[in-house]
Amino acid sequence: MAFLELTNVSKGFGGPPVLSDINLSIGLGEFVAIVGYSGSGKTTLISLIAGLLRPTAGAITLDGQPITGPDPERGLVFQNYSLLPWLTVAENIALAVESVYPGKSPADQAEQVDRFIAMVRLAHARDRLPRDLSGGMRQRVAVARTLATLPRILLLDEPLSALDALTRASLQDEITQIRRTDNTTILLITNSVDEALLLADRVIPLTPGPGATLGESVTVNLPRPRDRKALNHDPEFKRLRALITNRLLGYRTGVKANVTRKLILPDILPEDLDAPRVNRPPRRPSEIREEVVALNS
Amino acid sequence: MKSFKLDWLLLPLIGFGVVLVVWAISSNTWATNLPSPAKTWESSREYVLSPFAKRGEMDQGILRFTWYSLILVAQGYGLALLVGTPIGFCLGLSKTFTKIFDPIIQILRPVSPLAWLPLGLVLFMNAGKEAGTYGALFTIAICAMWPTVLNTAVGVRAVPQDFLNVGRVLKLSRWKTLTKILIPATLPYMFTGFRLSLGIAWLAIVAAEMLTGRPGAGGFLWQEYNALIYEHIILSIITIGLVGFALDRLMSLLERRFKSI
Repeated sequence: MAFLELTNVSKGFGGPPVLSDINLSIGLGEFVAIVGYSGSGKTTLISLIAGLLRPTAGAITLDGQPITGPDPERGLVFQNYSLLPWLTVAENIALAVESVYPGKSPADQAEQVDRFIAMVRLAHARDRLPRDLSGGMRQRVAVARTLATLPRILLLDEPLSALDALTRASLQDEITQIRRTDNTTILLITNSVDEALLLADRVIPLTPGPGATLGESVTVNLPRPRDRKALNHDPEFKRLRALITNRLLGYRTGVKANVTRKLILPDILPEDLDAPRVNRPPRRPSEIREEVVALNS
Repeated sequence: MKSFKLDWLLLPLIGFGVVLVVWAISSNTWATNLPSPAKTWESSREYVLSPFAKRGEMDQGILRFTWYSLILVAQGYGLALLVGTPIGFCLGLSKTFTKIFDPIIQILRPVSPLAWLPLGLVLFMNAGKEAGTYGALFTIAICAMWPTVLNTAVGVRAVPQDFLNVGRVLKLSRWKTLTKILIPATLPYMFTGFRLSLGIAWLAIVAAEMLTGRPGAGGFLWQEYNALIYEHIILSIITIGLVGFALDRLMSLLERRFKSI
């Protein structure tokens, strides 16, 4: 029996379904990455698992228990950090710890807060406000806040997508480190195939929406620890990357979405002043035309 | 154009100068009952130079009068915030609450302080000697409340969904969600409301004092009108304006402090 199980899950917001027929099972201690284009419903998927949204159809269970709403047992790291700007690093994490472990003594709670601040190497920034931290540091606080509640599964919603390449690499190492020490079950959502292959045991592509669904899962048999530099020359890594990229590209040609947008043209018309005006009044209304733009092409 | 260092001082002075000239010309030509600037100063000197003197119930230094008004405003304003903020939160949090009470708020909001005061006096008629005070407080509170109510409501609705999701994922208690997420996130909006409310409270005090005859900046104005000392009307207007301006500055300083978070 899988630890996290999604069966025939669909989700729509009134219009065509964003996600349809999602089947996913993740074993205890497994690290699974879901890769997909932006706008394909990745955040919707993780919100369903987090319990922030309810599926239109299908069932989600964690350890056999159906998911009915948000719960700290499924620790979600938000894409945009979502730290509370009026609380310091320590206060942000303490809020989580106090809420999830109200029975613990204040001393134990404080110890737990400090332990997780130390874990993401932010002891020096303990009493700073989020606005005084860099993007990478903020994301580390967000990760620490989630980990400090000792979740049974860690849900990472494109946690590194807003960071620059160098910070991204160092945080990827940090995630690997956390995973090695705690052996937590992790579901990572990302738009980077490389990142997925570097971190995960299994990579699953998400087809572009509307009606996005999960593709065939690809097992990553690269030995750990994985070295970013060495991987680039690893034939197995190259093969997997090509495989997943081609699959994603393959979906792309299959599905095409057209968006009609309204164009309001400027209220000027080029006019040939030499041309004789024959039966044509000067036209000066602002023109509204519609243009069809093909996406995903 | 090159700007001088003293622009901030010189340019407003030009504005004051223009008004003084218009005032002086008017009092000499078409509005002969309007006291000239010089006469106004002559007659107001005593009130300005010994601002805290008390010569009689309705004959006191101008700052002493202002002080009475400020105390009453502070009480009515405090009452407005105390009542208005929770109402604003309820409006922001509950769509049903909004649907029930929004129309009545929109109808009561534009009613002038002058209209509320008689009702306030009627409401507290049984209070005897204090009826005037309670009526004035009621008027200030009910007029000053609306900006706080509406801004708080807008602020609560504008709390980013991400922050609320953090609260949901951590299963924060209602109390913690309110104190750790909703109130801090709404604070900048609340302070904008508080500032606007204070402005209205200061507007309402003049009306309240005029009609109740209480000693204060507005009461003094009305009394001196009846006593035909028109110079003091102008003195009162200037005082009321300056105090209102100072209050607004004070509040916007506070507001900026909270907005920087």
